[in-house]
Amino acid sequence: MNEMMTLAVDSGGLAPLPTMTPDEALVEAHRCLMCWDAPCTRACPTSIDVPGFIKRIANSDLIGSARAILESNILGGSCARVCPTEVLCAGACVLHDLHERPIDIGRLQAFATDDVVFGDVDLFVPRESTGHSVAIVGAGPAGLSCGAELAMLGHDVVLYDANDEPGGLNTYGVANYKMDKPTALREVEFVKGLGVSIRPSTTIGRDVSVEQLFSDHEALFVGVGLGSVPPLGLEGEDLDGAEDALDFIAEVRAGGVDLSGQRITVIGGGNTAIDAVSQASRLGAEHVYLVYRRGRDEMKAYPHDIERALKSGVEFIHWSAPSSIEGEGSVSALVCQRTEYSAEGKLVAVPDSEFRIAATMVLRATGQEKLVGFLDTLEGVETDEGGRVVVDDGYRTGNPKIWAGGDCVNGGKEVVNAVAHGKAAAASIDESLRPGAAGR
Amino acid sequence: MADLSVNICGLESPNPFWLASAPPTNTGEQIARAFDAGWGGAVWKTLGEPIENVYSRYSSVDINGQKMMGFSNIELITDRSLEDNLIEIEEVKRRYPDNVVVVSLMVESNPDAWDTIIKQVEQAGADAIELNFGCPHGMSERGMGSAVGQVPEYTCDITGWAKASATVPVFVKLTPNITDITVAARAAKDGGADAVSLINTINSITGVDLDSLVPRPVVGDKSSHGGYCGPAVKPIALNMVAAIAADPYTDGLPISGIGGIATWQDVAEFILLGATNIQVCTAVMHYGYRIVQDMHEGLSNYLDSKGMASVNELRGLSVNKVTDWQNLDINYVVKASIDQEKCVNCGLCYIACQDGAHQAIAAERTAEDKTMVKVIDDLCVGCNLCSLVCPVQGCITMQERELGQTHMTWNEYLSDDKPGELYPRPKHGLTIGRA
Repeated sequence: MNEMMTLAVDSGGLAPLPTMTPDEALVEAHRCLMCWDAPCTRACPTSIDVPGFIKRIANSDLIGSARAILESNILGGSCARVCPTEVLCAGACVLHDLHERPIDIGRLQAFATDDVVFGDVDLFVPRESTGHSVAIVGAGPAGLSCGAELAMLGHDVVLYDANDEPGGLNTYGVANYKMDKPTALREVEFVKGLGVSIRPSTTIGRDVSVEQLFSDHEALFVGVGLGSVPPLGLEGEDLDGAEDALDFIAEVRAGGVDLSGQRITVIGGGNTAIDAVSQASRLGAEHVYLVYRRGRDEMKAYPHDIERALKSGVEFIHWSAPSSIEGEGSVSALVCQRTEYSAEGKLVAVPDSEFRIAATMVLRATGQEKLVGFLDTLEGVETDEGGRVVVDDGYRTGNPKIWAGGDCVNGGKEVVNAVAHGKAAAASIDESLRPGAAGR
Repeated sequence: MADLSVNICGLESPNPFWLASAPPTNTGEQIARAFDAGWGGAVWKTLGEPIENVYSRYSSVDINGQKMMGFSNIELITDRSLEDNLIEIEEVKRRYPDNVVVVSLMVESNPDAWDTIIKQVEQAGADAIELNFGCPHGMSERGMGSAVGQVPEYTCDITGWAKASATVPVFVKLTPNITDITVAARAAKDGGADAVSLINTINSITGVDLDSLVPRPVVGDKSSHGGYCGPAVKPIALNMVAAIAADPYTDGLPISGIGGIATWQDVAEFILLGATNIQVCTAVMHYGYRIVQDMHEGLSNYLDSKGMASVNELRGLSVNKVTDWQNLDINYVVKASIDQEKCVNCGLCYIACQDGAHQAIAAERTAEDKTMVKVIDDLCVGCNLCSLVCPVQGCITMQERELGQTHMTWNEYLSDDKPGELYPRPKHGLTIGRA
């Protein structure tokens, strides 16, 4: 593939890119070649008919366009904003090979769906109740997707979520420049409008027992995601200013955070680390560092996000691992060591290579832990050696009444993957509740 | 740099680019600006008994975001006084003696009316007159425009009246709203026309406003059929120009080509099919007089590349390359060829051939999950469709096959002494149903 061409220019500001104007959308929609067996659709985990929805925009049928998207992906509104389209649909666009800018599929999708997801256009008519009831634990993207699909089929659905506000990582863990928190919460309202009940601030095992779940409902979908980023075991990790990068992002999303004068250091090389540094540099931090123990090519973050972070002034410190955090009461510096590959190909610390990075905050983005504790309370639900829930093709666990999807199954991927899991699980749950009823 | 000057029925024009009778030639001030921009001639917006227009007069057809691919109007002839127009004609000719000013005319069907106005415009200095027998809207309801052009006898008679009055050349502008354009052209010739101009606009409804349910252009709660023009009509115009150029009856009758011309390529095509010069309206209504600069340079560069010193060398070279289907070589074989290096794997040729043509392209997924297309040579009928839908320049080409076939027309094929065998062509047998 050719070098990735950039999509709409990121303003570098705090706000997500503005919605397309009708004129912009029309021009962009007309650029689509309408490929047969389109590579963009094949690249989408939820198989959205991309040329189909774009053609409908071109033909001024926004309702039809929104339906084409949302019937494949009920969270099409947030996926339009948070999907790494550069490596999915837009990355597969054949216009790359014509040395042209790929179709800006994400923003077209937002244009098509906003009136339905965030406006007052009612697209989906509730079905008559089937009388079946399903519990969903975790109101993140997987749970919302599964719940929405089941509700649209006429099942009663209750989502239980431990947080104060539903939406999972869409609400708490996405960088603001992709999607702000009010937008995430408005999409949750849209899902509620499809007939889903949500019980926030409800922890299973504490506020509601697993036994209670099964006495109230016939099936359970687990979309609990992952836990927090565990401490690295460094000296000084208890100082003020040393925290989980996800907590930092959640604080930023709550609003009112001013980082002027702060020196922020983020440890890690994945998407959470990139989101944290990008967010920090946009909030006026004096200096933002990303510390990663290997080279840039080995970072798990997407190249386009890395580019964006570099452009916003983040300094990357490669081949370095943290050894301790210094400070009195609060963080003043991160102490690191250089790293290298040994002759055996093992990553090792370089002797006598210690250096200090002056820092007022040290954020760890070194991987979320699995919620093994909760999963252990579910009889028959097995996890693999990586702590991921084991499921079949229909996302059913070893317990025939329990399904699972999202990060707790794949170990942490995109919102769109979670949506795909929830949708497939919903179909499987429906089939188990009403054998042979699908498509009726 | 090739010589672009042309002579059409005695009128010397510095180049073949004229403005057609239409809103861009409504006033002397506009025509002066057009001549400054480089137009060789202009046909003055039709004079006659001044009329009043309706508000809202134009509508268009946009295709895939391309604006005004087709354009329609319900505007009538000039709404300005004859006196003002005559003063301006005189002034324009005084300032631009080397440019051609033709004045379009449309009056009621009696010889005196024609005689009076022809004398007036000649007095003002018109180099020629053009009889507007073409407009299909409004004026036709009053017995003028296409109401004349659609009846060969009227066309002949009124052309005769004009010729009897005029001392300058008489152009007859033909309406395409007929079944056979050569009948109209013959009638004009019989009436003594010095040249024909074509095509005028095509009767049309461009669309319907889906909110108010009123067709476009909307005039209150109604619309009216209008005259259609613009790039969409060019193929129709080319066919009509070629038909007149090829008709022995009208051999030598100069043609001023009109219909969707916007670029130098369009100009070259009209001239190749027999036009002596051309007239432009819609493209100027879209982009302004400045487009003539591109026409000028483009046509000149093209003639240079062909080693031609004058645009006149181009005239009519394609006329005898249009023939009846029965004269085509049915043993001419082409097959599609796909350049896999250029292919971007969009699959459009596959689905076009599969659903829209002859099922002669196969598609499969490669190991890299791309759509790989291949021509099934034995099934390819060489229809061109795949090469037409392909978005990549030069990716799908139609390649001629030299297979030792003998040149053979349909009639030769039917005759007793065939010159050779019919080269086999792919054909579906029974596809569904009981054998």
